[in-house]
Amino acid sequence: MTALEFAVVVWGLSALAGFLGALTGLGGGVVVVPALTLALGVDIKYAIGASLVSVIATSSGAAAAYVREGFSNIRIGMFLEIATTVGAIVGAYLAGHVSTHALAIVFGLVLVHAAYSSLAKGEDGAHIVQSDTLGKKLRLGSDYPVDGRREEYGVRNVGTGFGLMFGAGALSGLLGIGSGAVKVIAMDRAMEIPFKVSTTTSNFMIGVTAAASAGVYLSRGYIDPRVAMPVMLGVLLGALLGTKVLVRAQVKTLRLVFGVVIFALAVEMIVNGILGKV
Amino acid sequence: MDDRRLENIIGQLLRSGVLLSAGIVTLGGILYLARFHAAPASFRSFAAGGADIRTVQGILRSAAQFRAEGLMQVGLVLLILTPVARVVLAVVGFALERDRLYTVVSLLVLAILAFSLLHAR
Repeated sequence: MTALEFAVVVWGLSALAGFLGALTGLGGGVVVVPALTLALGVDIKYAIGASLVSVIATSSGAAAAYVREGFSNIRIGMFLEIATTVGAIVGAYLAGHVSTHALAIVFGLVLVHAAYSSLAKGEDGAHIVQSDTLGKKLRLGSDYPVDGRREEYGVRNVGTGFGLMFGAGALSGLLGIGSGAVKVIAMDRAMEIPFKVSTTTSNFMIGVTAAASAGVYLSRGYIDPRVAMPVMLGVLLGALLGTKVLVRAQVKTLRLVFGVVIFALAVEMIVNGILGKV
Repeated sequence: MDDRRLENIIGQLLRSGVLLSAGIVTLGGILYLARFHAAPASFRSFAAGGADIRTVQGILRSAAQFRAEGLMQVGLVLLILTPVARVVLAVVGFALERDRLYTVVSLLVLAILAFSLLHAR
């Protein structure tokens, strides 16, 4: 394969990654890592570096639109980001001491369940408008656009959500992937935040979490511009297209896409765990 | 300054940061492909590149000499910095809103981010 062919193929696959990543709040890593390693035989270290670039590109590429349209909730994002970033640091320290094989398999099974319930759930019901005591104190409730109107929502179970976010960060520090999945699930399920707000706020957060580990990857040489260049440009294009679709899409459709992508991530995790590749 | 304005400004900043970095990466990418398009591309085994793609100084030096890899890497580093800029802007925005709680929250995130970036090995 010549350098030009490689760049074009990676660019195309990355556009798909960015599109799905922006729609689901998961970032592009779910697609980029297997596409590079399995389909193109790229060494996992280059793939990890490219995956980090893809997560930041999805996040920053889509966040501009999501923040401007008033989907992402910056207060929720910032508040929960404390837990995620501390979790990521703890996870990175634990990395040498924990069996990541077993962890990957357990996490994979959890994701299978999350995929199943996301597929089963369908349309958002009526939102909870009242925040609970802590949600009110932290002024986390807000409103977001639904069919041209702004609909209010409250936020609950902030403690549980904060704890899950710590876990999300630790997992990303340990396994290098998957923090977006836990973020969306924590906001959607535990904190009862509307689905579109959950995915777009996750999208806002994953870039910050990823940036925290970027220094390590850069100095180790994992971020190689020959691989990362087509990844970044493809992901950005895909993410921009994704934002256009999310704004109009039915929640039911978004949950379907989310469920399928989460399921793929689960399979990826379990297989990697069994083969000892994590 | 209210939340909507803060959101607008953060949205604008993100957009310009992303466009700028994408522009630089595209320029570097064109130079790279113009020269190496027919060369075989294999990334099967990992070999860490030199300082010119791994350290900030090296990257800047390489880009200043208008070398393709340096330019692409400058653009990529700029992209990596956009989420950091997002947090900095949130600190400033919440401070202007006189929202003490969220100014502290964003500062905390910024501090943690700085800690983990500076402890990179």
